[in-house]
Amino acid sequence: MKVLLTGNEAIARGAYEAGVGVAAGYPGTPSTEILESIVQYPRIYSQWSPNEKVAFEVGVGASIAGSRTLVTMKHVGVNVAADPLLTFSYTGVNGGFVLVSADDPGMHSSQNEQDNRRYGRLAKIPVLEPADSREAKEFAAKAFEISEAFDTPVMLRITTRIAHSQGMVELAEPVPVVKKEYIKNAQKYVMIPAYGRIRHTVVEERTEKLVQYAGETELNVTKIKDRKFGIITSGICYQYVKEAFPQASILKLGMTYPLSQKLVKDFASQVDRVFVVEELEPFLEETVVTMGLKVDGKRLFPLIGELSAKMVREKINREMGLASSPDEEKTREGLPSIPARPPVLCPGCPHRAVFYVLKKLKMVVTGDIGCYTLGALPPLEAMDTTICMGASIGTALGMEKSNPELAKRIVAVIGDSTFFHSGITGLVDMLYNKGKGTVLILDNSTTAMTGHQQHPATGKTLKNEPTEAVNIAGLVRGLGVKRVVEVDPFELARLEALIKEETAAEEVSVIIAKRPCALLEKAASGYMVIDESKCINCKQCMALGCPAIALRDGRVTINPEICNGCNLCTQVCKVGAIRKAGEDVE
Amino acid sequence: MLNKINLLLVGVGGQGTILASKILAEVALLSGLDVKMSEIHGMAQRGGSVVTHVKMGDEIYSPLVEKGEADIILSFEQLEALRWLSFLKPDGEIITGTQVIEPVPVIMGKAVYPSGIVKTIQGRVQKLISLDALAFATECGNAKASNVVLMGVLARRLGFAKEIWLKALDNKVPAKFLDINKKAFTQGYELV
Ligand SMILES: Cc1ncc(C[n+]2csc(CCOP(=O)(O)OP(=O)(O)O)c2C)c(N)n1
Ligand code: SF4
Ligand code: SF4
Repeated sequence: MKVLLTGNEAIARGAYEAGVGVAAGYPGTPSTEILESIVQYPRIYSQWSPNEKVAFEVGVGASIAGSRTLVTMKHVGVNVAADPLLTFSYTGVNGGFVLVSADDPGMHSSQNEQDNRRYGRLAKIPVLEPADSREAKEFAAKAFEISEAFDTPVMLRITTRIAHSQGMVELAEPVPVVKKEYIKNAQKYVMIPAYGRIRHTVVEERTEKLVQYAGETELNVTKIKDRKFGIITSGICYQYVKEAFPQASILKLGMTYPLSQKLVKDFASQVDRVFVVEELEPFLEETVVTMGLKVDGKRLFPLIGELSAKMVREKINREMGLASSPDEEKTREGLPSIPARPPVLCPGCPHRAVFYVLKKLKMVVTGDIGCYTLGALPPLEAMDTTICMGASIGTALGMEKSNPELAKRIVAVIGDSTFFHSGITGLVDMLYNKGKGTVLILDNSTTAMTGHQQHPATGKTLKNEPTEAVNIAGLVRGLGVKRVVEVDPFELARLEALIKEETAAEEVSVIIAKRPCALLEKAASGYMVIDESKCINCKQCMALGCPAIALRDGRVTINPEICNGCNLCTQVCKVGAIRKAGEDVE
Repeated sequence: MLNKINLLLVGVGGQGTILASKILAEVALLSGLDVKMSEIHGMAQRGGSVVTHVKMGDEIYSPLVEKGEADIILSFEQLEALRWLSFLKPDGEIITGTQVIEPVPVIMGKAVYPSGIVKTIQGRVQKLISLDALAFATECGNAKASNVVLMGVLARRLGFAKEIWLKALDNKVPAKFLDINKKAFTQGYELV
């Protein structure tokens, strides 16, 4: 049967058809839907972990115990999981192990655009790159075979355009769940130096065998057509190349690490010149150049952002002295300027209150990653740093130690899911090293940013089954933090008083701002109206940056269609001009 | 019918752009065409600009519609139609709802929402259909179905059999909204 699947759904399907028994991951665009989709196959045990390192380690255990195992994460998640990854490469697997790395060229929703194929080379594990949903399913299944045949974890590397594009996929019958026998083998799985040295030799021998395999596998396809030039490419770039040059000779690499010198040289020898078309890093190009071939890649194509069929066509045409396509920008000439439409915190978002107060108090805010990072944008603009998940707390401690004058003004702001991901160790550091910082945990009962996934404090698993909910306040107290308070962020005055008090305190404080994400619980508590006779048009309420509060003909108005009735603006208005619709005016 | 059709569906987070694209891709699948659909989400839910690409034909490679390549742009909001105008083929067609959703810079008074957008577009493209889809959808009982009213208009232009569209709705729309959506679709389908 043929169905339409996104690349992510196709990977989940491929894992299912290949008899996967265990799947783990941490949410992160564009990888999240793989596990969300795997839930539809009840025979697979699947779970969200608190972070990618733990997810990877759960996968390690599952593989060693005998199951075929899938672990999923976005590209930056692999940084977090890199430690187990690099040594699991040494031990190798029992049940096949596939790591999906979902990279994000163009940074559609990421903080950087690192190219994780480099992790494949660093960890010396094979890297497969599907070019559409059909291949995503097939390669996922193939990756388990390779993993077991070569005793290695395999990276299935996709990019946003593969993850989030739908294409036709032919479904196949699943094989039964694969379960290998567990046999204790310390020399293979206990990586003390003596055993590690032995395993390193095994890894190098394995790589030689993989190079051999790279020359034979049908994952890599050579098509010779027009011989004037040939293109080496992989992944989504293959589609751009086909679209731009249907008649070109192409070496399409389904396995981009390791490469076979023989395969590449054979291809190059059949065409007059060779281009390498790849997004981000010159990953293929570097290897091809070390083979002694002369090729053009990053001299023509950018290191930054995505490529496109149009770009491939134009660059190569120009290089080959061929005619380029006409300019299509004309329709745009003389158009009025078009305002951007940036994302915003939703009406009724509990994070808004926090940033409003932090801005008012002129705090130095070390931030973190989540919906609340939008607090960095106008008009709130209440965030000084954002680096990676969990960084807010360590950064706050470092700032305090480096610049004691700032100490009383520093607040670390971190979401609940992010706190579990990698905030706890930062807080331990703050306590251990006598920090005096204030940490604000934004507990909105969900991982909102990536589409509302469960996390360790929501009381639900990936499969929506009830489970133990970690108590954040209890956890923090248990670490030894004495000043721990919970507050409803919509109690603006109390929140403000608390932040003042806790930043002044001479020890670590944790404020837990607790209120569910506005999209989880539809407040349905009516909407606000502005009493025109009282409003002095001071625009103080607009400093909240609520999309329901708009300026119309110079006057402040509230849009009843999208107002969530959260009551924030009523507290901000100094003259009491905002009230709930339908409530009496006194 | 053309042997390859490139469509761009544009709107604002929350308008149902992605669902509409899924229905469209399903129609292509049911008609035995090759199809690819590409979406970018993540920040979409937070009121950002949303665009999806749908390409159908004998064999589709790149999932992306690029500048100057769209046969049809289906827009659920005026400003978005204007924003993506340069993606239209010189002889392409725009179908847009006249709904206005002000972006934050406009709300904050930092930018202006251009006036007379439909006129501006009219002056630049050969084929334009604009309609108040929101009003039609409200008439059918749910303002949220305005995307499907516009799908109905699009369906007439594309020329697949109406039954295929209704089947695609069956497959893609959650059961409890199916009736309203079918009504909304038919409204749009009968309109032009
Ligand atoms: C290492 C890493 N993994 C995953 C992500 C993707 N990601 C961005 S924010 C976020 C979670 C945010 O949840 P939370 O902290 O609860 O804040 P909320 O969005 O709910 O406000 C995730 C998983 C990332 N940026 N980095
Ligand atoms: S999804 Fe939830 S947490 Fe994110 S901006 Fe909206 S209300 Fe806030
Ligand atoms: S207008 Fe006021 S009550 Fe309504 S969502 Fe915005 S801040 Fe909350």
